Amino acid sequence: MRGQSRKESLSDSRDLDGSYDQLTDSVEDEFELSTVCHRPEGLEQLQEQTKFTRKELQVLYRGFKNECPSGIVNEENFKQIYSQFFPQGDSSTYATFLFNAFDTNHDGSVSFEDFVAGLSVILRGTIDDRLNWAFNLYDLNKDGCITKEEMLDIMKSIYDMMGKYTYPALREEAPREHVESFFQKMDRNKDGVVTVEEFIESCQKDENIMRSMQLFDNVI
Amino acid sequence: MAAGVAAWLPFARAAAIGWMPVANCPMPLAPADKNKRQDELIVLNVSGRRFQTWRTTLERYPDTLLGSTEKEFFFNEDTKEYFFDRDPEVFRCVLNFYRTGKLHYPRYECISAYDDELAFYGILPEIIGDCCYEEYKDRKRENAERLMDDNDSENNQESMPSLSFRQTMWRAFENPHTSTLALVFYYVTGFFIAVSVITNVVETVPCGTVPGSKELPCGERYSVAFFCLDTACVMIFTVEYLLRLFAAPSRYRFIRSVMSIIDVVAIMPYYIGLVMTNNEDVSGAFVTLRVFRVFRIFKFSRHSQGLRILGYTLKSCASELGFLLFSLTMAIIIFATVMFYAEKGSSASKFTSIPASFWYTIVTMTTLGYGDMVPKTIAGKIFGSICSLSGVLVIALPVPVIVSNFSRIYHQNQRADKRRAQKKARLARIRVAKTGSSNAYLHSKRNGLLNEALELMGTPEEEHMGKTASLIESQHHHLLHCLEKTTGLSYLVDDPLLSVRTSTIKNHEFIDEQMFEQNCMESSMQNYPSTRSPSLSSHPGLTTTCCSRRSKKTTHLPNSNLPATRLRSMQELSTIHIQGSEQPSLTTSRSSLNLKADDGLRPNCKTSQITTAIISIPTPPALTPEGESRPPPASPGPNTNIPSIASNVVKVSAL
Repeated sequence: MRGQSRKESLSDSRDLDGSYDQLTDSVEDEFELSTVCHRPEGLEQLQEQTKFTRKELQVLYRGFKNECPSGIVNEENFKQIYSQFFPQGDSSTYATFLFNAFDTNHDGSVSFEDFVAGLSVILRGTIDDRLNWAFNLYDLNKDGCITKEEMLDIMKSIYDMMGKYTYPALREEAPREHVESFFQKMDRNKDGVVTVEEFIESCQKDENIMRSMQLFDNVI
Repeated sequence: MAAGVAAWLPFARAAAIGWMPVANCPMPLAPADKNKRQDELIVLNVSGRRFQTWRTTLERYPDTLLGSTEKEFFFNEDTKEYFFDRDPEVFRCVLNFYRTGKLHYPRYECISAYDDELAFYGILPEIIGDCCYEEYKDRKRENAERLMDDNDSENNQESMPSLSFRQTMWRAFENPHTSTLALVFYYVTGFFIAVSVITNVVETVPCGTVPGSKELPCGERYSVAFFCLDTACVMIFTVEYLLRLFAAPSRYRFIRSVMSIIDVVAIMPYYIGLVMTNNEDVSGAFVTLRVFRVFRIFKFSRHSQGLRILGYTLKSCASELGFLLFSLTMAIIIFATVMFYAEKGSSASKFTSIPASFWYTIVTMTTLGYGDMVPKTIAGKIFGSICSLSGVLVIALPVPVIVSNFSRIYHQNQRADKRRAQKKARLARIRVAKTGSSNAYLHSKRNGLLNEALELMGTPEEEHMGKTASLIESQHHHLLHCLEKTTGLSYLVDDPLLSVRTSTIKNHEFIDEQMFEQNCMESSMQNYPSTRSPSLSSHPGLTTTCCSRRSKKTTHLPNSNLPATRLRSMQELSTIHIQGSEQPSLTTSRSSLNLKADDGLRPNCKTSQITTAIISIPTPPALTPEGESRPPPASPGPNTNIPSIASNVVKVSAL
C-alpha cells in the first residue's frame, strides 16, 4: 500500500543512509509503510455529510476496513477488489475509471469518506444526482463534456468485463457501434460531445434509464 | 467471490450506475430482500467458550453448517445461543475462515482431529490457504501412510483360510515369518547364496602348485568340485525362481521386477556355459559372462531390509546423485585441462593428454592421491592444490542430502516396525474394551433377570443385586436386548467363532469353567469379572458345574448336550432357572455357590440356586432340559442330581 509521494521520499532516504539492502529491500519497505493508517472522521460527521443511517455506516465501514485494514484504498487494491466480482472478464479498466470517480480530490487514494460520499450519491441521492455522478464517471478528463473517445474507452472497458466467452461472441466493432447509438441518443446539437445538460435531459426522456436508476434504492 | 469482499457487494452494485445510461435495454429487477433483518450478533457457544459474530459473516458460506439453517438444530432456546459441543481451539480456525475467507491449519493440531472438525462444520479441507496447505498435506500423507501400514500388517496377519495354494506360496515367499516352511526356505536360499558367492571368490585364489605345472587357481585345480557346487547352487536358484514365477499374482509384473532380473542374470551364465561349446572365439566372451555371477550377491537384498532401504534411498536421491556427478564432471574437465596445459612445458611429463589428466584430477579431487602422476612445474602444483581443495568441497555438499534422505527413510521403517510391534498390545487393549462392553451388557442382563426372578420370589431386599449401571449403559443394554429379542438370538462369548467351532465337549467345559469362575466372582460381590465374558452358556447349576469342572468329564447336565445342538442351530433362548428351596434367602444361596464340589451339593443346598441355561430352540421338546423329565436329545448322561431338586424349578424366560 503505497501512496505515490511516500514512495519517492522513501527511495531518497534509502540512498542516503546506505541501509539499502538489495536482497531484503522489499520486505523492509513493506514494514515501514504498513504503519500508515488512515482513520475516518467521526460517525456523526459522516452522518451529516451523507444520507446513510448510523447503522448503515457501521456496516459499510466494517466491510471497508475488512478489505483495507490501513483505512485507504489505492488503485491496485481497488482493482483487485472489484475484479473479484467479475472473475471471467477483465474489470481493471472500468475499476480505474471508478477509482477516479470516487477519488474526488485526486490524491491517488480513496478514503472511507470518499467511498461513503460516492455511495451516498449513488444509493441515496436524487435521480439528478445520480445522473450527475454517472456523467462524472464518463468524463474521464473532467472537463465537462464527454467525447467520443472517452465514451469508447468506457464502452470497451464495460465490454471487457464480460470476458472472452460470451454468446454471441464479442465483435470488434460492437463497442464502437454502441458508442454511436449512445451519441445519437444523447448528443442533441450534434457537436460531437455530450455536455452534462444534454446528458441529463436525454436520460430524463428515456424511460429505461429512469427505471434502472431506481434500482439503486434498495442496494443497501 | 471471496467472502472477505462480500461486504463490498453493495459497492459493486452501486458501481453499476456506470452501465445504466449506456444500456439499450431495460435492466432486470433487483432481487428483493424479503426479510431485511438488521444485521445481528449471534453467539456461538463452543464447549463453554463464547464466540460472537455477525449473522451475515456466517451467511457468507451458505453450504456449511454455520452458514445454513443446519445451525438451528444447535440453538439453545434458554440461553438464546448456538451451542456446539466441540473443540473450541479448532473452532477458532473455523470462525476465522468465515471472517477472513482463509482457512488455516494450526501446526499443533492433530490432523485427524482437525479433519473431523472440518467435516462436522461442512468445510472442505481443500480450501486451506496456501500458507498452511503444504503442512496440511504433509501431515495428511504421513497419517495415510500410517493407516496403510496398519492395514497392511492387519491383512498379513489375518488368517484367511480361503487362500489358494498359489496365494499361500506367494505369501510364504514374501513374508518368511508366516510359516516355518517359509522360514526354512528363506534360510536355505540365503545359505546357498552365500555358498555361491564364496565359491566364486575362492575359485580365483591360487591354490598351491601341482607338481609339474605352475601355480593354479583353485578353480582349475578342483574344477570338478567347483562345478558340482556351482551346479547345485544354480539348481536351487532355478527352482526358487520357477516357484516364484508360478506363485506370483501377476507374472508379467514379476518378470519385470528388479529382483527377478537379478535372479535371471545370476543363473544365466551357467546355462549359457552349458550350451556353449569349447570354441576358442566364444570362450573369451563366456569368461566375461562369468562376471555376472557376482550379481548373486544382490539376491541378499531379499534377506536384508537394510540393503533394500539403501537401494531405495539411492533411487530417491537420484537427483542429488545426478547433481553430484554433474558437478564433479565439470570440475574434472576444467582441472584436467588446466593441469595439462600447465604441465605441457615440463619434460617427461606424465600429463600426455587431457584425458590422461582426468585420472590425476579424479585421484586428487577425491583426496586419494596415489602419486603415480605428480605435477612438476610450479603452476601445475598451484593448480593441483586448488584442485584438491575444491574436490573436498564439491563432494561434501550433496552428501548430507543423501545421508538425511537415508536417515529419514530408515527411521520411517523403524517407526513402522515399532508400530507393528505395538500393534499387538494395541489390539489387545481394543479387545478388552470391546469385551468389557459386551461383558457389561451380559452382566447387567443377568442381573436384570436376577432381579426379576427375585421379585417373583418376593425377596425385596435383594433387589440391588449387581451393580447399578449408568443411564447410558442401561439404555445401551436395552438396545442390545431389543436386538436379541428381534432376532431371537442372544449374545455369547466375545469370540463369535467360538460357538461355531466344532462341537467338542471341551468347549463346553471351557465355557463351564468360565461360567464357574464368573459366578464365583459374582458371588463374592466383585464388581466386574475381568476374565472373559460370561456366556449365557449352558450352565444348569453351579453345583453341577463344580462337578463338571472337577471331573472334567461330561457329567452332563442335560444342558450340556447343548453345544451339539447349539451348533446345529444358533438360535437360543436364555432362561434363568431358579430353583426354589425351603429357605429362599439369597445370601445363603450366594454363599452356597461357593460350596466346593465335594460338598454334598444338593442335599446341603437348601437355597435357591440361580442357574442360567441356554436352550436351543430346535429341540422341540421342552426348552429346558433341566428339571424336565423328558431327556433332552443326545443327552450324554443323566444327571442324577438335578431331578432331586427339580421340584421347585421356576423357569423364567429371559425373553
